[in-house]
Amino acid sequence: MPEIPEQQSSPDPDERIVLAHGGGGELTRRLLADHVVNKLANDLLDPLTDSADLGPLDGRVCLTTDAFVVQPLEFPGGDIGRLAVCGTVNDLAVMGAVPKALSLALIIEEGLPIATLDRIVESIAAAADEAGVVVATGDTKVVEHHGSGGMTVTTAGVGLLSPDGPAGADGLAGEAAIRPGDAVLLSGRIAEHGLAVMSARENLAFRTSLRSDVAPLTGLVQAVLASAADVRFVRDPTRGGLAGLLADLAEQTRLCIEVEESAVPVSAAARHTAELLGLDPLTVANEGKIVAVVSADTAEEALAACRAHPLGADGAVVGRFGEPSDWPLVELITRAGGRRIVQRPYGEDLPRIC
Amino acid sequence: MDRQKIRQLVDAIAAAAEPLERVQLMEVCGTHTVSLMRSGVKSLLPETVRLISGPGCPVCVTSSAYLDAACELAGRGDVTICTYGDMVRVPGRSASLEQLRGQGAQVTVVYSARDAVRFARDEPGRNVVFLAVGFETTTPGTAAAVREADADGLENFFILPGHKLVIPAIEALLAAGDVPIDGFLCPGHVSVILGSAAYRPIAEGRGKPCVVAGFEPVNMLEAVAALVGQVAAGVSRVENVYGVAVREEGNPVALRLIDEVFEPAPAVWRAMGTIDGSGLELREKYARFDGFARFALTLGEDYEPAGCRCGEVIQGKVEPTACPLFGKVCTPLAPVGPCMVSSEGTCAAWYKYNPARRAHRGESPDGGGAANEG
Repeated sequence: MPEIPEQQSSPDPDERIVLAHGGGGELTRRLLADHVVNKLANDLLDPLTDSADLGPLDGRVCLTTDAFVVQPLEFPGGDIGRLAVCGTVNDLAVMGAVPKALSLALIIEEGLPIATLDRIVESIAAAADEAGVVVATGDTKVVEHHGSGGMTVTTAGVGLLSPDGPAGADGLAGEAAIRPGDAVLLSGRIAEHGLAVMSARENLAFRTSLRSDVAPLTGLVQAVLASAADVRFVRDPTRGGLAGLLADLAEQTRLCIEVEESAVPVSAAARHTAELLGLDPLTVANEGKIVAVVSADTAEEALAACRAHPLGADGAVVGRFGEPSDWPLVELITRAGGRRIVQRPYGEDLPRIC
Repeated sequence: MDRQKIRQLVDAIAAAAEPLERVQLMEVCGTHTVSLMRSGVKSLLPETVRLISGPGCPVCVTSSAYLDAACELAGRGDVTICTYGDMVRVPGRSASLEQLRGQGAQVTVVYSARDAVRFARDEPGRNVVFLAVGFETTTPGTAAAVREADADGLENFFILPGHKLVIPAIEALLAAGDVPIDGFLCPGHVSVILGSAAYRPIAEGRGKPCVVAGFEPVNMLEAVAALVGQVAAGVSRVENVYGVAVREEGNPVALRLIDEVFEPAPAVWRAMGTIDGSGLELREKYARFDGFARFALTLGEDYEPAGCRCGEVIQGKVEPTACPLFGKVCTPLAPVGPCMVSSEGTCAAWYKYNPARRAHRGESPDGGGAANEG
């Protein structure tokens, strides 16, 4: 059988994915070897077995899954790869778990430039390193070109709640532990991810200095949990923004929430960009922030721990839980000193943001 | 944000209004409706000063018949409808434009009329029809787009004229006399084009003070304070507290542009009927761009969906909470009428921002649903 020549040492910059790359044959093998597995190399992945053997794990195992359809694939401050790693890691981190390993499934549209794939996989590798996780197993498929934007990514993530960790063996108490008077802590400036992604969309054509805040939050969460604060609940305000998260909490706890608008960190650039687009920064997605609900008397400790971490330097206490109500609402004390309510945003203002 | 200044203004308003028992002011700008509630300024006003919303939302005042005509056009295989975002979700007789898009109709959201011209240029095989709605703020843009299409000799670009003029609407409201109004908060962006002098017929002719305001909390409060001050002093004139953007004569270039392409005509306002000289139609020179003529569309009768009180809301006759559908059947997720759909609609603003919703169970918490009762 004639030998198929190995890949040229200087690849064609215009080379694109074709359906055959997903056929399971030689092209697939080479694609994985030269463009995916080589960049993600680690002990769990390298054997390229059908499943990764994570071995015995010391602690409670947390599992999460996530799908990423962001458009465009690359945007100021990040890309779908970095987003996939950080989004998955953060789902585990906010439980108090330490993320260990991810699975990574790529669905690539034929026609995607291979150079783009390279950049995204390199970004995944860098993000995984930064987050202290490995990509333990993966899968790659190629589909016909059908306008879904080049690539979608699905992940699963495994993390551990160990008895010695700051969240303890049982993790965080969660919404059920929230009480009237509890403080709402936000780790930094909002709205940057959503607005940065929008700025990269062709049909909107505006330039901004805003960059996505996408980042792995394990260290920040662990720092807040390890402080003397009594932390009830942690979550990252992704789709739906801070408003969506607080609306969920008000509904679940049946407690009113009061937020001080002037205390919410938001950059002038974000505020003006949001205004231009007719958006409320409170409803815009974030990918590198946490909201922590802590007891009122330990809020200072939580805030100090947050601000001491590089990702939480702009942290602030932005509100408090109020009394129980039949109609629990989130109320904003506006910058002008008036009042209005805050609601979950209504749908498609920001499609395909994560 | 200067909270002290805001406090001072609120106190001054309260002091000026005290001897008057009640002052009822109307704002006629969707952006004011939203800004007042979103900034919390409305919640700061004393009980004696009531701010009611008038026909300030361009989508809300567009007749249901116009929307049905647009939906009919969308159903034609060779037509692409280009429109501002809010219009796509307004329910028509059978469906919204958004729903028709889901069934295969070509409906594209654009941010300006010129985007629609560009689209027509790029798609010579399709008839592109732009839904030209809006007050004086957007009219110059449409006029410029029509002129551009004319200069390029485009044969596949059309508009469905739906622009409206604010002053005739205010005159009609006052003539009807259904709602007691002591003064008008005048729209900032519209006035950039129109000029503050345009309100003299209202202030001097009808004895209703008019103050032009911007959208920052302090500026809006300054306008309210000026209005209450005039009412208390028994005077009536035009004042402009948005001098940084609005001149007395407006923007003559924009006004000339509008005048070149359009001329005043009667227009149907949702639930308000036909108001003479309150709309704009294309002049003879540009008549070939008229979509109604080109596609032989006739406007049917205006109508309201069963139970919907949008028509009364936009005239300031009732507040959203007086509508039996508000918050129950009609919500931003499942809107019945345009006032709930539009980002500048009064019902949407109340639903999204009004703290009083906490107690709402079909009646407003202060016991009254109608602006002119009690």
